[in-house]
Amino acid sequence: MSASAVHGLWTDLAAPAAEPIARIQAPTIEYAQLSPVLIVIGAAVLGILVEAFVPRRGRYHAQLFVSGVALAAGFAAVVALAVSGYATTGAGVAAEGAVAVDGPALFLQGVILLVGLVALFTFAERRLDPATHGNPVDSFAAQAASVPGSDSEKAAVKAGFTTTEVFPLLLFAVGGMMVFPAANDLLTLFIALEVFSLPLYLLCALARRKRLLSQEAAVKYFLLGAFASAFTLFGIALLYGYAGSVNYGRIAQVVEGTVQEVSPALAGTMGNDVLLLIGAALVTMGLLFKVGAVPFHMWTPDVYQGAPTPVTGFMASATKVAAFGALLRLLYVVLPGLRWDWRPVMWAVAAVTMVIGAIVAITQTDIKRLLAYSSIAHAGFILAGVIATRPEGISSVLFYLAAYSFVTVGAFAVVTLVRDAGGEATHLSKWAGLGRRSPLVAAVFAVFLLAFAGIPLTSGFAGKFAVFKAAAEGGAAPLVVVGVLSSAVAAFFYIRVIVLMFFSEPKPEGPTVAVPSPLTTTAIAVGAAVTVVLGVAPQYFLDLANSAGVFVR
Amino acid sequence: MSFPLLTATAVLPALGAVATAAVPAARRTAAKWLALLVSLATLVLAVVVAVRFEPGGARYQLTETYEWIPAFGVRWELGVDGIGVALMLLTALLIPFIVLAGWHDADPLETRSKRWRPTQGFFALILMVEAMVILSFEATDVFLFYIFFEAMLIPMYFLIGGFGDRAHQGGEEAAATQRSYAAVKFLLYNLAGGLIMLAAVIGLYVAAGSFSLPDIVAARASGELEMGANTERLLFLGFFFAFAVKAPLWPLHTWLPNAMGEATAPVAVLITAVVDKVGTFAMLRFCLGLFPEASKWATPVVLVLALISIVYGALLAVGQRDIKRLVAYASISHFGFIILGIFVMTSQGQSGATLYMVNHGISTAALMLVAGFLISRRGSRLIADYGGVQKVAPVLAGTFLIGGLATLSLPGLAPFVSEFLVLVGAFARYPVVGIIATFGIVLAALYTLVLYQRTMTGPVKPELVKLPDLRVRELAVVAPLIALLIFLGVYPKPLTDLVNPAVRHTMSDVQEHDPEPEVEAAK
Repeated sequence: MSASAVHGLWTDLAAPAAEPIARIQAPTIEYAQLSPVLIVIGAAVLGILVEAFVPRRGRYHAQLFVSGVALAAGFAAVVALAVSGYATTGAGVAAEGAVAVDGPALFLQGVILLVGLVALFTFAERRLDPATHGNPVDSFAAQAASVPGSDSEKAAVKAGFTTTEVFPLLLFAVGGMMVFPAANDLLTLFIALEVFSLPLYLLCALARRKRLLSQEAAVKYFLLGAFASAFTLFGIALLYGYAGSVNYGRIAQVVEGTVQEVSPALAGTMGNDVLLLIGAALVTMGLLFKVGAVPFHMWTPDVYQGAPTPVTGFMASATKVAAFGALLRLLYVVLPGLRWDWRPVMWAVAAVTMVIGAIVAITQTDIKRLLAYSSIAHAGFILAGVIATRPEGISSVLFYLAAYSFVTVGAFAVVTLVRDAGGEATHLSKWAGLGRRSPLVAAVFAVFLLAFAGIPLTSGFAGKFAVFKAAAEGGAAPLVVVGVLSSAVAAFFYIRVIVLMFFSEPKPEGPTVAVPSPLTTTAIAVGAAVTVVLGVAPQYFLDLANSAGVFVR
Repeated sequence: MSFPLLTATAVLPALGAVATAAVPAARRTAAKWLALLVSLATLVLAVVVAVRFEPGGARYQLTETYEWIPAFGVRWELGVDGIGVALMLLTALLIPFIVLAGWHDADPLETRSKRWRPTQGFFALILMVEAMVILSFEATDVFLFYIFFEAMLIPMYFLIGGFGDRAHQGGEEAAATQRSYAAVKFLLYNLAGGLIMLAAVIGLYVAAGSFSLPDIVAARASGELEMGANTERLLFLGFFFAFAVKAPLWPLHTWLPNAMGEATAPVAVLITAVVDKVGTFAMLRFCLGLFPEASKWATPVVLVLALISIVYGALLAVGQRDIKRLVAYASISHFGFIILGIFVMTSQGQSGATLYMVNHGISTAALMLVAGFLISRRGSRLIADYGGVQKVAPVLAGTFLIGGLATLSLPGLAPFVSEFLVLVGAFARYPVVGIIATFGIVLAALYTLVLYQRTMTGPVKPELVKLPDLRVRELAVVAPLIALLIFLGVYPKPLTDLVNPAVRHTMSDVQEHDPEPEVEAAK
C-alpha cells in the first residue's frame, strides 16, 4: 500500500515542515466604525467597576452620569458615522465580516440609543415612591438577592440600598441590541442575542414592589427565551451545515447557487435544501419570539406585566427595534433567494399576529397587559411591512420602529406615574376619571393611545400608512385589509381607556398621579414630542429612513 | 404668491381653538366670547372665499399647493368648487350659532379641580371640528382629505362623550353611561369606516400613483390611467363605506340616534348639520369623481339603500318618544334624499342634493336648537312631558313650528326647493324611485306635525305653566336661521348659481347626461 492511499489526515502529518507555519493573522478591527457599540459596552464595563469601587452614596449619580454620557456619546458616534457616509455610499462590513455598518444598522442603532437614553431617565426616577427611612427609592428592588418578605430584605430597605447595577445592565442590553441588527454572521447574531437578553432577564426580576410577580415574569422570560435561543442556535448549526459558512453574504450566495464549491468536511450536508429550510425556519422562529409575533407571543403579557415598568417600556420598544432589524437583515440579506418559501409563512404570521393581538387585547383589564397585547398587534403591522420585499418595505419598517418605540417608552413612563398605596395602579378600573383629576397626564396618555390606534396627525398613523403602503405595493393587499380591520378592533380598546380616563367618574379611593422629577417628565415630553412631530411633519424622518434603507452584503 | 385664503379659513379656527383652550380656568366667559369672535371671523373669511369664487370659472379655484410629505406623495392641496364653497359657507355660518346656543352647556356644575376647565374645552373642541370640516371641504388631495376626515372624529368624540345632555331621565349615573356608550359607538362606527377607507386610499395610490384628485380625474378622462373594473369597484366600495357610515346611510346609521340623543343640542346640530355633510359631500366629490364606472355599477344598490333610509328613518321618527331622537331619525330620512339625489345621476338630482345639504343644515339647526332650548327649560327629552307650550311660550312654539315646517319641506321654505329638485331628478331617470321617495315627504309631515301637536298644543301641562319664552340670546340664534330659511326658500338663485356649474363638472366626470324629456312620445 502506497503512502498516497493513507487518509489525508495522516499524510499532512507525515509531511511536516514542507512549508513554514503560516503566521496567524491578527484580525483587522475597524474601531472607528464599531465605536458606537464599543463606547456603550465600555461604559457598561466601567459601570461595573463603579459598582465595585465607588462608595454606595455616590454610586447612583456616578452610574447615571456614566450611562447618560455613554448613550449620548454612542449616539454622537452613530451620527458621525452616518454623516461620513457609512449609511449610504461607504457602507461596508467591519470586524472581518462579522458586523455590517450600513444604513439600516446605523438608523436602528441611533433609535436604540435614543430610546435607551429616554429609558435611562425612567430608570433613574427616584421621586415617585415616598422615601423610605429617609432614602429616595427607585423602581428597583433594594437588594435583588434578598428573599421577598424576608428580614434581610427589610434590612436592605432600611439601610437604603438601591440596585444601581441596573445601569450597567441597561448599557449591556443596549450594546447587545445595537449589534443585533448589525450582525452580519449568524454567530455574531447569536452572541448579540444573548448579550442583550441576559441583562433583560435580570432587569425583569428587579421590581421593588410585587417582587414575586416580577421574579415569576423573569423566570418565564428566561425559560422561554432560552428555548428560543436554543432554536436559533440549532437553526444556525443547520444553516452552517447547508452553506459551509455562517457569514450572511456567503449563505446568500449558496442559496442563490452562485457558489458551487463544496467544503470537504461538509460534503454530506452542503446544499441540502432540507437543512436550509429547517435552519432558516428555526432562526426566524427565534427572531419572531423576540419580536413577540404569534404564535411565539405567549411570554409577552406576563413579562410586560411583571417587569418593573421602566424596564417594560425599554424592553417593549428597544427589543422590538433590535429584533425587527435583525429579522429584516436575515430575510433581506441571507434569504432573499428563499422568499417564495418564507413569504407565505410570514403572511400567515403577520395576519394572525395582527388579529390575535387586537382581539385578545379587548378582554384585558390591566394596562400593562393591554399594552403588551397592543405591542403584539403592532408586531403584526410591522411584519406586513417586512414581507413587502422591496426597498419601501425596509424604510417603512425603519420609520415605524422609530415612531413606535418612542410612543411605547412614553406610554409606559406615564404608567409609572399613576400610583396608589400598593405602588403603580395598573388595573384599568383604577384609571377611571383620571382625566378629571390630572387633565394633563391623561391628555398626554390619550395622545399616546391615539398614536397606537393610528389616528392621523400622530406618528402611529404615519408609520401605519408607510408599512401598509409598502405592503400594498408589494402585492399584499389582502394583508392590508386584515391590517385595517384589526386596527379597527384595536381602536376599540385604546378608546376604552380614553373613555375611562375622561368620561368616568373618579373613584374616591382612586390612585393619585405622582409628581415626577424632571427625569420622567423629560422622558414623557420627548415621547409626546416625537409622536406629534412624526405625525405632523414626518418628511425629514421618512427621507432619513429612505436613505438608510439599503442593506450591505 | 397670493394670500392663502383657503388655508387661512381653516387655520383661523384651529388657532382659535388653541387660544380658547389656553384661557385660564376662572375666565370662562372670556373663552366663550373668544370662541364666538373666532367663529364670526371665520365666517367673514368664508364669505370672502364665496365672493372671490367665480361660479362660471375654473372647476377648482383659489387653489393652493404646498409640499407636505413627498415620501407619501401627499401635498397640501386645497381648492374649492361651487359645492365646496356652499358647504364651507354653511359650516362657517352654523358654528357661531352653535357656539351661541351652547353658551351655558359646558358650565361646570361644581369645581372638581382647579385645572378642570370643561368650558374652555367645549368651545375649543367645537372650533377644532370646524377647522377640520372646512379643510375636508377644501382638500383636493385624497390623502389630505382622509387625514381630516378621520382626525375630526377625535374632537367630535370628546364633544359627545364629555358634554352630554343634562336632561336625562335616569339621573347623572345613567346619563354618563349612555353618553359614553353613544360616544364610543360613534367613534367605532366611523373609525371602522375610516380604516376601510384607508385601505382603499392606499389602494388608490398603488393604482393611480397620485393622491391629487384633479390629476387622477384628468388622467382617467384622457385615458392615460386605466383601472381594472374590479379594482375600481373595490376601491369605490372602500370609499363609499366610510362615507355611508358618516352620512349615515341605512344600515350603517345606528350610531346617529344615540349620538344625537345623548349630545347637547348644539353638538347634535354639529353632528348632523355639519360633520355628516362631509360624508355626502365626499360621495359627490370623491366617489363619483374618482370612480365613475363603479359609481354607475353601484347605483341600483345605493338607490335602494337610500330609499330604505328615507322610508325607514321617517317611520322610526314617527314612533319616537324622545324629541332629539326623533330629529335624528328625521335626519336619516333626509340623508336618504341627499344620497338619492347624488346617485340618480341627473343634474337636477345632484344640484338638489347639494342644496339639500345646505338647507337641511339650516333647517335642522333651527329645529334642533329650539328643541334644545325647550328641553333645557323642562329638563326632559320625552315628548309626553310636554303639552300646550304655545300658550305659555308663543315665540318658542312659533319658531319650533317654522323649523318643523322647514323639515317637512313646506313650499316657501328653503328645503322645499332642494327636495323638489331631488324628486324631479329622480323621476327623470327612475320614476319608481321617485314615487317611493315621495312617501318620505308624507311621513315627514306626519312626524313633524304630530310632534308639534303633542308638545305645543292642547292643555298646558302643570309643570310648564311658568315656562319662560325665548331669551335674547336664544332669539339671536333662531331668528337669523329662520330668516335664512325663508330667504332661500323664496330666492334660492344665489345658491343654485353657485352649485350648478360644479354639478355639471361632476356629471361630465361620470359621463352622464340628463335624460331627454319624453313629452313628445306621450302625445
